[in-house]
Amino acid sequence: MLTPRNEAELSGMIRSAPGPLAVGGGFTRGGVREGEPLSVAAMSGVVLYEPDALTLVARAGTPVAEVERVLGEAGQRLAFEPMDLRALLGTTGEPTLGGVIATNASGPRRVQSGAARDFLLGMRFVDGTGMAVSNGGRVMKNVTGLDLARLLAGSHGTLGVITEVALKVLPAPEATMTLSFQGHDPGKAVACMAAALGSPFEVTGAAHDAEAGVTRLRLEGFAQAVAVRAERLARKLSAWGAAEVSEGPGDWAAIRDVADFAGRAGDVWRLSVRPSRMAEALALAGGAQRLDWGGGRAWVLVPEGADLRGRLGPFGARAVLARASAETRAAFGTFPPEEPAVAMLSQRLRARFDPRGLFNPGLMAARAA
Amino acid sequence: MDMPAPSPAILARKGAIVDRLRAMLPPGHVIDDPAETRAYECDALTAYRCPPLCVVLPTSTEEVSAVMRLCHEERVPVVPRGAGTSLAGGSLPTADAVVLGVARMTRVLETSYEDRVIRVQTGRTNLSVSMEVEAEGFFYAPDPSSQLACAIAGNIAMNSGGAHCLKYGVTTNNLLGATVVLMDGTVVEICGPEAEALGLDLLGVVCGSEGQLGVVTEAWLRILPRPEGARPVMIAFDANETAGACVSAVIRAGLLPVAVEFMDRPCIVACEAFAKAGYPDCEALLIVEVEGSEAEIADQLSRITEIARTFQPLEIREARDSAEAARIWLGRKSAFGAMGQMADYICLDGTIPVSQLAPVLGRIGELAESYGLRVANVFHAGDGNMHPLILYDANAGEIDKAEALGADILRLCVEMGGCLTGEHGVGVEKRDLMETQFRADDLEAQMRVKDAFDPDWLLNPAKVFPLHVSASRRAAE
Repeated sequence: MLTPRNEAELSGMIRSAPGPLAVGGGFTRGGVREGEPLSVAAMSGVVLYEPDALTLVARAGTPVAEVERVLGEAGQRLAFEPMDLRALLGTTGEPTLGGVIATNASGPRRVQSGAARDFLLGMRFVDGTGMAVSNGGRVMKNVTGLDLARLLAGSHGTLGVITEVALKVLPAPEATMTLSFQGHDPGKAVACMAAALGSPFEVTGAAHDAEAGVTRLRLEGFAQAVAVRAERLARKLSAWGAAEVSEGPGDWAAIRDVADFAGRAGDVWRLSVRPSRMAEALALAGGAQRLDWGGGRAWVLVPEGADLRGRLGPFGARAVLARASAETRAAFGTFPPEEPAVAMLSQRLRARFDPRGLFNPGLMAARAA
Repeated sequence: MDMPAPSPAILARKGAIVDRLRAMLPPGHVIDDPAETRAYECDALTAYRCPPLCVVLPTSTEEVSAVMRLCHEERVPVVPRGAGTSLAGGSLPTADAVVLGVARMTRVLETSYEDRVIRVQTGRTNLSVSMEVEAEGFFYAPDPSSQLACAIAGNIAMNSGGAHCLKYGVTTNNLLGATVVLMDGTVVEICGPEAEALGLDLLGVVCGSEGQLGVVTEAWLRILPRPEGARPVMIAFDANETAGACVSAVIRAGLLPVAVEFMDRPCIVACEAFAKAGYPDCEALLIVEVEGSEAEIADQLSRITEIARTFQPLEIREARDSAEAARIWLGRKSAFGAMGQMADYICLDGTIPVSQLAPVLGRIGELAESYGLRVANVFHAGDGNMHPLILYDANAGEIDKAEALGADILRLCVEMGGCLTGEHGVGVEKRDLMETQFRADDLEAQMRVKDAFDPDWLLNPAKVFPLHVSASRRAAE
């Protein structure tokens, strides 16, 4: 395992790499990777934290837990709620901030606050030629030059090795309340969640457990305001049943981490479909289902080796394989095929940022449709 | 500011190029009469002007694609244009370029309240997107001050912000998908109403690319439920440092106002003389706006004023109703008009870490004095996006001096940990300052993205990247 301690070492390792590198942080996302493992874990630590400016800069290998601890001490947090998928995927290791950004890992709060990439202020990375690049900065608004930081976010390490990120952070709320509705099917759940998210009450989580028929909505903020909003929201949604209201963090960490599917046999797929079509997609999918993001994301547990993309028909191109055996991954590919024009642009970008094809080959570059 | 000399070969072929464009578009969509192309010789950065070869005004993605394919074939540069409100010269033509304006592409293609998205042609103005969904209680969040006139196309090109981005983010946080036409005419659908990009985040790099990568003809935008209400409080201080410290304390206390506007004395004096909003005589003024239900507004405002009191403000003025709210905003909203009446001005938009507000304002004052010019500051304090307004007299030949001061102020922003532009873009205006913020390798990486999207460097060339940095790529065409 290559463990560079700084950018200069990393550049040298990339330049002298004889072949593919499996780029990662804590390698908690699982999956089979080709090449020599290269971890950024040794490039670790918070570089700058200004709570007054809602700004945090940290090296890519910094454990997410450390970031959350530092922010928590100042009453702040990563608002995009990065998930911890170790239990679901059966992996070990320490989730890193760089890994979170490289995979754009975003939890239930995405519906209200945005994804990891939405909080990105700047980034440093080293590309496949060993060139160190700085992009963006540490300020809240910045349109100077092309936005490479966002391009690298979610690129799964295939364009460059992220070494440092600057993020906008937000205050942690004083109070959290959850409204739960029973007896929903996915169609009813999506309609209920859409009504909630279309209200002015700033719902920060909207999820549905299709096996239990439970829909959950989260409100966060100052205690008094949250209590009033919970009451008004329950009234507004009375057509979808009586809401049970509970205080405290509730089940949102488990929803975020898809904890229900941990330890249950089968493959886990992730669907990204517009909420108004999600019930239709899920009817085709079968299996055990969990909805997040107001119905914009679904996690589906199906028997091992099942061809979910095939079953999904027109929605097949919106399915990502999250947990599967090496054989299933080889058969279906982690990511769906892309539209030819998108695939062409992605291929051209990879050819320029990683001309030798060193970084996580085959992980992302799906076959063109 | 230099632009490359136009290609004599293209100028010589003008008639043939215009004829080919006319043949593929409906009548009236191609403008080549010099009297009419003059209207496109500049955008809102009026210091630089050059009429283009011709102007095309397509009405559909297919027409845009056909025009681009033809221009690519003819090796003619294309300068995309939204509503022409760029303050950075993003739409400044060269004499050998075709201006491709999307102003006639204004249709709403789809609205879904269930998915909270709207799909529009990008010539539609920013404000009219919000107006389209207003009756259902929704709005489109990014609200640049030109929102009545500016087009979504330009908002996407510049990743426009606005007064409310502390809470709602900027364009890139509210853009879900785009139809992009590449220079060779290829139409690319990037993302859409689904929440997640499954491949590389191409949308993220297209947004804010200043027309370097493609022409965005249609866009999926996120619409949000309108808050029940909003109200400002105005707080006056006797020092910039105190006002800056108050902003920090408010944010530190876990409050997230929807807007925090900061005005310094020169700006307050000018606005007061112009708009007579009844602002107090003070060194620094904050306008802090919060949103929510009546009870939530009252609660947040009381928390904010409680914090503000610990900084011994000269005055705290809470809006009790919409008339008082409008009065508090009146002076701020007329700031640019007030300056325009007093003098010519250059508006900068460098961004700094909010912790550096007071020292940066001090340094700007010193720089202004050394140049013998006045600078008024009005800015979004919550996010550190400065708007120093450099006042000068064009008739007295002060433009060069004003531009030199502007460059010094932007260098200062970078030196203090900030950037050259927070929301206006680089265009031609800040192009030659890019090397103060980026090293050669940083620019090289950005140019590689352009290489991937526009290998011949025909799309909006000679912008964003300093000419000497992009020379070999542009020459290769």
